[in-house]
Amino acid sequence: MTKRIVILGGGTGGTVAANRLRRSLGGGAHITVVDRDDDHVYQPGLLFVPFGLADPEDLVRSRPRQLHDGIRYHRSDVERVEVDKELVHLHDGAVLPYDVLVIATGARLMPEETEGLTGEGWHETVHTFYDLDGAMALGSALTGFTEGRLVVNVVDLPIKCPVAPLEFCFLADWYLRERGVRDDVQLVYATPLDGAFTKPVAARTLSGLLTEKGIELVTEFTTGEVDGAGKRLVSYDGRELAFDLAVVVPPHGGASYVDRSPGLGDEFGFVPADPRTLRAKAHPNVFVIGDAAALPTSKAGSVTHFEGEVLARNIVSFLGGDELDGEFDGHTNCFIESGFGKALLIDFNYDTEPLPGHFPAPIGLPLLKESRLNHLGKLMFAWWYWHGLLPGRDIPGVSASMPHSGKHFPTTADT
Amino acid sequence: MSTATYAGTEVTVNEEGFFTDPAAWTEAMAPEIADEAGIAELTDQHWQVIRHVRHEYTEKGSGPTVRALGKTSGVGVKQLYELFPKGPAKLAAKIAGIPKPRGCI
Repeated sequence: MTKRIVILGGGTGGTVAANRLRRSLGGGAHITVVDRDDDHVYQPGLLFVPFGLADPEDLVRSRPRQLHDGIRYHRSDVERVEVDKELVHLHDGAVLPYDVLVIATGARLMPEETEGLTGEGWHETVHTFYDLDGAMALGSALTGFTEGRLVVNVVDLPIKCPVAPLEFCFLADWYLRERGVRDDVQLVYATPLDGAFTKPVAARTLSGLLTEKGIELVTEFTTGEVDGAGKRLVSYDGRELAFDLAVVVPPHGGASYVDRSPGLGDEFGFVPADPRTLRAKAHPNVFVIGDAAALPTSKAGSVTHFEGEVLARNIVSFLGGDELDGEFDGHTNCFIESGFGKALLIDFNYDTEPLPGHFPAPIGLPLLKESRLNHLGKLMFAWWYWHGLLPGRDIPGVSASMPHSGKHFPTTADT
Repeated sequence: MSTATYAGTEVTVNEEGFFTDPAAWTEAMAPEIADEAGIAELTDQHWQVIRHVRHEYTEKGSGPTVRALGKTSGVGVKQLYELFPKGPAKLAAKIAGIPKPRGCI
């Protein structure tokens, strides 16, 4: 009998999963992708919008047009999932039964969770670039910004692309220098972490870059309140950061239907899963991919890409009654724009932190080091995203598993 | 790595003072660890958070973040900061004898 696969979410993860499964299973499965709208946004491009380096119109394409022929697209919000009955209830009244369910509904911004964030000054002096409207509004505000304190603040983790706020700082430094006003602007990066990044080796490199560019780093700043009228951020431990322009990354959570689906999600609406097989803990025939998952890896498109290969293989195994191979290692690969036409690259997984060296082999792109080649890699990635990643192709020479051969592993003396 | 002595028992801790072996922890050690961290007395609410943190660690393999604590411990974030002024997630983890919570990546 033909199997029914329902994929909730038509973003990076849902599209990759659908296309890979269609290719593996052909007509042997009915695949349905569900999403609330038709706009697929290339999220890595949002970082460039405020600086006039990307045109918002170029970042958006049709969701259904990214799906291979034979995949059904159903436009609706999701009401809830009944994992025990293997049913998805949609907002438009439709009920979809499934043999396999894939959760790919990503992460959503929850600015309302932070006191005052969406109050006075929101989209005027308090901004975010984590969605398209926000990035465009911030672009307008930056155009007229010539002096004062620009504070970039991550309220809490996890967030999509945890290096993007640092990239924003580096690009802001470049942008303000280009305009000849850098000396009149104080740039501040405030994070709830105890360093510039979670992992020590990368944190040291990134912290060094902040210092080099004259960007103040404020650590362990857990934002309790955004006072738009008083132009200050207040942390739970009582510290205050004054700003003239604030760029805030709001707390994230999973899609709201997860909260309405008993047993599916955690306290943030993310879906707990086996980190190696991507099978949700809620039920054996539910899988999860991308930012929707509660896994100890980054919420980044590269992770979703690497997960796609393992996910499709595991679903085929599951439908065939075979064991899941459990091979996902948490592989993450991120370009970090550092301004002036340069970027760094980091590559890591569940067990190995970002290290210096080269990717994917001893001869390749430099890791944890600024280079023009990495910047070009980041720019080229946009083309690859639409034409390689979403269709479900593998990157030649790059596997889903993290490569070891080009990395300089620390000796005891380095730590 | 170094050692510390709480409630008359020697335990191994890392350079930041977090237990390397959570099984070596007992409730009798908590008041002394708290005292070192500047918390003179552990109230019932402190204990509610400490026991919750131990439970979460046992279930998930990592202590909760502040936001997670605020949603799951029964104590709001503002109050968590009143109970553990220098950072509830790290401080509660230290007093509860579990490793430093993994920062989200």
